Amino acid sequence: MSLIRLQNISRRYQMGTETIHALRDVSLSVERSEYVAIMGPSGSGKSTLMNLLGCLDTATGGLYELNGTNVNELNDNELAEIRNREIGFVFQTFNLLPRANALRNVELPLIYSGMDAGERKRVALEALDKVGLADRVHHKPNEMSGGQRQRVAIARALVNSPSIILADEPTGNLDSKTGEEIMALLEILSKKGNTIFVVTHEEDVARHARRIIRIRDGLIASDDAVKKS
Amino acid sequence: MNKLLKALSELQAESKESFFMAIGSVVAHKLRSALTLLGILVGVFSIIVVMTAMRAMQKKVQSDLNQFGGQTFVVQTWPLVQFEGPGGMQKYWRRQRLSMDQGRAVVSRASLANAVGLELNMFSGQMISSQTKGPPNVPVLGETPGSFAAKNWTIDEGRALQDSDVAGERDVCVLGNSLAHDLFPIGSGVGEKIMINSIKYTVIGVLEAQGTMSGGNQDKFVIIPVTTGWTRYRGRRWEDLTILVAAQNAAMYDDTVDQVRGILRLARKVPPGKEDDFEIFSNDSMMAQMESFTFKLRLGITLISSIALIAAGIGIMNIMLVSVTERTREIGIRRAIGAKKRSIMVQFIMEAIVLCEIGGVMGVGLGIIGGNVAAHFLKMEPVIPFDWAAIGLGVCSLVGLIFGTYPAYKAANLDPIESLRYE
Ligand SMILES: Nc1ncnc2c1ncn2[C@@H]1O[C@H](COP(=O)(O)OP(=O)(O)O)[C@@H](O)[C@H]1O
Ligand SMILES: [Mg+2]
Repeated sequence: MSLIRLQNISRRYQMGTETIHALRDVSLSVERSEYVAIMGPSGSGKSTLMNLLGCLDTATGGLYELNGTNVNELNDNELAEIRNREIGFVFQTFNLLPRANALRNVELPLIYSGMDAGERKRVALEALDKVGLADRVHHKPNEMSGGQRQRVAIARALVNSPSIILADEPTGNLDSKTGEEIMALLEILSKKGNTIFVVTHEEDVARHARRIIRIRDGLIASDDAVKKS
Repeated sequence: MNKLLKALSELQAESKESFFMAIGSVVAHKLRSALTLLGILVGVFSIIVVMTAMRAMQKKVQSDLNQFGGQTFVVQTWPLVQFEGPGGMQKYWRRQRLSMDQGRAVVSRASLANAVGLELNMFSGQMISSQTKGPPNVPVLGETPGSFAAKNWTIDEGRALQDSDVAGERDVCVLGNSLAHDLFPIGSGVGEKIMINSIKYTVIGVLEAQGTMSGGNQDKFVIIPVTTGWTRYRGRRWEDLTILVAAQNAAMYDDTVDQVRGILRLARKVPPGKEDDFEIFSNDSMMAQMESFTFKLRLGITLISSIALIAAGIGIMNIMLVSVTERTREIGIRRAIGAKKRSIMVQFIMEAIVLCEIGGVMGVGLGIIGGNVAAHFLKMEPVIPFDWAAIGLGVCSLVGLIFGTYPAYKAANLDPIESLRYE
């Protein structure tokens, strides 16, 4: 059984009288431990797809099965629980809580899964260690570089041991060298068996993945395995 | 069952988290929080300060009343305090003072009473003994033997007043315990003479020390026969004659009151059907008068503070709405990593409650201090009205809950994707 199965998924937005088809008819299967890059021009529907995969958004048509569960049938609380346990988001703009230090930011998903404070701290420190930030635990986001912030975000995405890590343009706000470091980190996670989706504009970045899905106008234009040279 | 437990433990963890987050955000916006708190503080302060002062006053009246035995009541011509406004004044204006004859009538005819005493509160002065001068402003009380039973006075040394002292208008006196010590540092003083306004009185007895519950000056007074005082000092400005009646027991209290009332109506020729032209104070009636007086005050202050609290609540709501807007992105982040709508609700309601409670705790604290400062100036004992403190804090939480709910609801129902994109 596939980890993810999308069947004829569509997502429409109603803007007054105009209907915008962000996704038209997307069918897709992804197995556990796959590393998928999603590419496509701006406005093609990449973020919309990521939000659907991450259960932040629900499709207006089609079927989405995650781990055999029909996501369309879940209520708001159940979706929140799935996001908490199964999904880890990494955003282009990091999206850390500005007033909280690295540790607090990484602990946040654990708070919502009801873990007690001692255990929470231990697990969060472990995640920060994995991304190489063991010495930045008490720094606030504005006291860290972009690359470090993104590492904190990745630690936060990892901390609940989710099935899927969704990274929407994770290197978009970083210089190319730092971007490379982040991609190397994701590669390590992939090797450890995490399922990863990365949205990117850059072919170099996409080449880290095993599979590249190209989207155009809300449709899958191509879906190829990456030939390793 | 398991699910419920899990939900409860989650809710508890969330509330705790929310509490610390709330403290954090209050600290982060000090000025704004302070201004918002001020309304709550004033509202709670005004309730608590009044309630504290009232409580102190109540306690004082109660302890004054407790000087008499529990089954004692008091008859006077006029009310102690006039609660009825200027309209009520006329009715008292034409009253004849209680006379000594009327007092004697009660003494001889009140068969149901255990003891009847007559009291004349005359003036205060300085006593001089053979050994030393006493303290200034010591009250001189005219009394009868019955007063001792009615006021629970017991004799330490010597003897109490007797009927013959009263009948013979003798120049004798009984000293309050601490006054006796003041005037006679050596010996008990019984049998010695003291000067009151240059007239010599023989000390026939000393009272047992009384509890120094309210103030400690309860013991500093001189008792002379009421008739001696009546004859000698009548030309002076003295207080009303007071008739003290002790019932035999609680069961006979009401009957005793009725009997005394009947005796006095007859003696004062009050036509049947007309209301009494004198006042009977029992513990109950005093407390009732006190209650009815303070009720209006409490009602007024409750109204004022309610308005203040509602205004403060609206302020809280306004601040919370601003805060929700400012923190739209934070809400999006929390939702993306697994916060339920409920968690966001809890967070923002908790924040409103914390904000209110900070104001509330300060209001209660300052209110109790303020009330006790007032009590101090009115020479009343300090009190801490725990029940009102609890009510005050409860009301604060309620204000936070009521006015925090709408902003929290708004926060919880923001679209997570839109929120994440919010700049
Ligand atoms: N909330 C929305 N309301 C209306 N239109 C939207 C909304 N979100 C996205 N769209 C539209 O859907 C299309 C796909 O957007 P998106 O998935 O963000 O593209 P991208 O591939 O750049 O990430 C765009 O045309 C965008 O304007
Ligand atoms: Mg996008």
